Amino acid sequence: MAELTFNDIIKPENLTYTKSKLMTDNVMHYCPGCGHGTAHQVLAEVLEEENLQSKTIGITPVGCSVLMYNYIDIDFQEAAHGRAPALATAVKRLMPDKFVFTYQGDGDLAAIGTAETIHTCNRGENILILFINNGIYGMTGGQMAPTTLVGMKSSTSPYGRNVSTMGSPIKMADIIAMLPGTCYVTRQSVNTPLGARKLKRAIKKAVQYQNEKRGTCFIEVVSNCPSGWKMTPVESNKWMEENMFPFYPLGDIKVPEEK
Amino acid sequence: MEKELRLMKGNEAIAEAAIRAGADGYFGYPITPQSEILEYLMEANPQVTTGMVVLQAESEVAAINMVYGGAACGKKVMTSSSSPGISLMQEGITYIAGAELPCLIVNVVRGGPGLGTIQPAQSDYFQATKGGGHGDYHLIVIAPSSVQEMADFVELAFDLAFKYRNPAMILSDGAIGQMMEKVWLKPPKKRSEEILPWATTGKPATREHNIITSLDLDSERQEKFNMKLIAKYREIEEKEVRFEEFMTDDAEYLFVAYGTSARICQKALQLARVEGIKAGLLRPITLFPYPKKRLNELADTVKGMLAVEMSAGQMVEDVMLSVNGKTRVGHYGRMGGMIPTPEEVVENLKSFIKG
Amino acid sequence: MTEEIIIAGFGGQGVLSMGKIMAYSGMMQDMEVSWMPSYGPEMRGGTANVNVILSDERISSPILRSFDTAIILNQQSMDKFEHNVKPGGTLIYDGNGITRHPERKDITIYRIDAAEEASRLNMQKVFNMFVMGGFMKVKPILRTEYVIKGLKKSLPERYHHLIPMNEDAIKRGMELIRKV
Repeated sequence: MAELTFNDIIKPENLTYTKSKLMTDNVMHYCPGCGHGTAHQVLAEVLEEENLQSKTIGITPVGCSVLMYNYIDIDFQEAAHGRAPALATAVKRLMPDKFVFTYQGDGDLAAIGTAETIHTCNRGENILILFINNGIYGMTGGQMAPTTLVGMKSSTSPYGRNVSTMGSPIKMADIIAMLPGTCYVTRQSVNTPLGARKLKRAIKKAVQYQNEKRGTCFIEVVSNCPSGWKMTPVESNKWMEENMFPFYPLGDIKVPEEK
Repeated sequence: MEKELRLMKGNEAIAEAAIRAGADGYFGYPITPQSEILEYLMEANPQVTTGMVVLQAESEVAAINMVYGGAACGKKVMTSSSSPGISLMQEGITYIAGAELPCLIVNVVRGGPGLGTIQPAQSDYFQATKGGGHGDYHLIVIAPSSVQEMADFVELAFDLAFKYRNPAMILSDGAIGQMMEKVWLKPPKKRSEEILPWATTGKPATREHNIITSLDLDSERQEKFNMKLIAKYREIEEKEVRFEEFMTDDAEYLFVAYGTSARICQKALQLARVEGIKAGLLRPITLFPYPKKRLNELADTVKGMLAVEMSAGQMVEDVMLSVNGKTRVGHYGRMGGMIPTPEEVVENLKSFIKG
Repeated sequence: MTEEIIIAGFGGQGVLSMGKIMAYSGMMQDMEVSWMPSYGPEMRGGTANVNVILSDERISSPILRSFDTAIILNQQSMDKFEHNVKPGGTLIYDGNGITRHPERKDITIYRIDAAEEASRLNMQKVFNMFVMGGFMKVKPILRTEYVIKGLKKSLPERYHHLIPMNEDAIKRGMELIRKV
């Protein structure tokens, strides 16, 4: 049998995977190996499959994903640092029939925006909060985040995170799960195809719960930051599995009773 | 439906006028001396009558960002607070200005700096009219001097905000917020169902996706955007100046005062006239845009202008800029929640005249 | 006609609500009105005062230093406001707790022992309406029928059963007041 040429391979019938139609053609600014791109793609797939493009308003944070609005073809609002849940609260209250989500990093959600996060969840706003936790400030160049692990080095914890002076990493999902306003709290990942598929299922559940007005859905994605962690993408994923996952274990923390 | 006559506090008038103006949402946090606005709205519960959303936020920071989110949907949304709370809101306000969103912010000013006092002041003039947050921007700033105007200016502020896609502020103070006067309320308007073309309401197939942001990492494009904002502010200065004059025809000395101080100056003017001093009053209604042109004209006919304000001297700088050295400009101010009496204003006018 | 009034006393004496009823009544008589309270911690005890203006013309300053009528209900307010009555003006005071009586010769002074009478009749709840009656007697600006309407407007529904008692207090206050 003749060997397949490049042009034979890229024929449409050989496609097994493609980007969502809701992903734009803009070139992403994310670093190679970063989890944001996968998380965007998974989210876009759900929005496309659930036919939500015309109903969705997304709120982007300040952080690496600040320019997310360039990559998914839906209406977006760009919030001030930490304030996305406040914007989302108003959007959902004023337009209850829309699908509303925020997409926030760990600095945005768990440091500067802690009050907004807690109170939005406590009010049980019918929105989805997608929380990307990679334990570092990526955009500003690798500073310590509230979720940076103990001993982990960053540009503002150059000798490693010291609990006695810098406090312990904060487990937001566990805190959030304690609030009666939340209906669904889960921790997922995007470092493997299986992880991405599980995240997709989780976002689909969140869409369903939002439709059913059951309260706030909170999905944490434990992710990596090759640049901030100063590792290759492969090393960063291995490090994440060995260090992040034990401290931030994957899986559901709170699920609603099925109706 | 006919207009309705009520006796109301200024704060209550704002709340009722917001419902009647067809506001879609109010987001606020309690602070003296304006908590009646949130209390009144909670009591009136317009969610069940007009569908207006009323929400007590966890902070002024959250409240202004709720306003940001609502305004980005093209909704008629507002917040209110008093000085310390307005300071907290400045970040959100500059984002709203930068994203060119319409909304209403009410500041019922109290004395500062810091926690200051809960009594009336006009010491947030700079913050309101010169920007307040970071970056080059202006709010449209309207200063009511009666309870009637507290009600009327809600609709005016919303109209101007939507006309120019710019945040508007009602700059009031604790005196007007807390006092009761007669107010004629307009019949209620229905909330608008219109979907604005720029608003984030979910992307239909018929248009590009709408993005509400104040971010542009390209400096050349950002500068162009700054120029566009400036052109908008110049247009507002051209078209939207509002003021009121009292006995300026034959005035030799002119009080310049807004809000509560303007009311005090009306009385002071009467007292001065009794003593044979030909006093007049110009009351700026819009503080941005400021009535520069009219003050410059009046500078040709008066012997001096005395700015009276409950601050260390903030608006007086705009009077000076307006007259550009053509006439003498003085300032009389009380601070810390102290309100000048008409009599002391007259005494200060007399010493100003002596020079 | 412009009548510039201050009512001053302790928080809890009904100072602010008396002013409110005056303003309501004035409004229903087609007057321009303003009601400017001292606000803040005073509202929760301590001293309270309110400026009320009733006028046929547009009201200029709602904040005043000199008054046509001062209604004084405690000693602190007497010390503070006796000298702010315009020459030829009126001072009305309740003698209860007053240790230094007003001394001005250029104003008309009335005394009304409303607290004592309210206590005697067990009508302390409507103490301020005795005073109101006194004011209405010596300054016939507000008419009783409008004051009753004003009461209905300013009192929450659950207190409307007290309106006849208020009316009685106004009538008794009119009889009680006397020139010093």
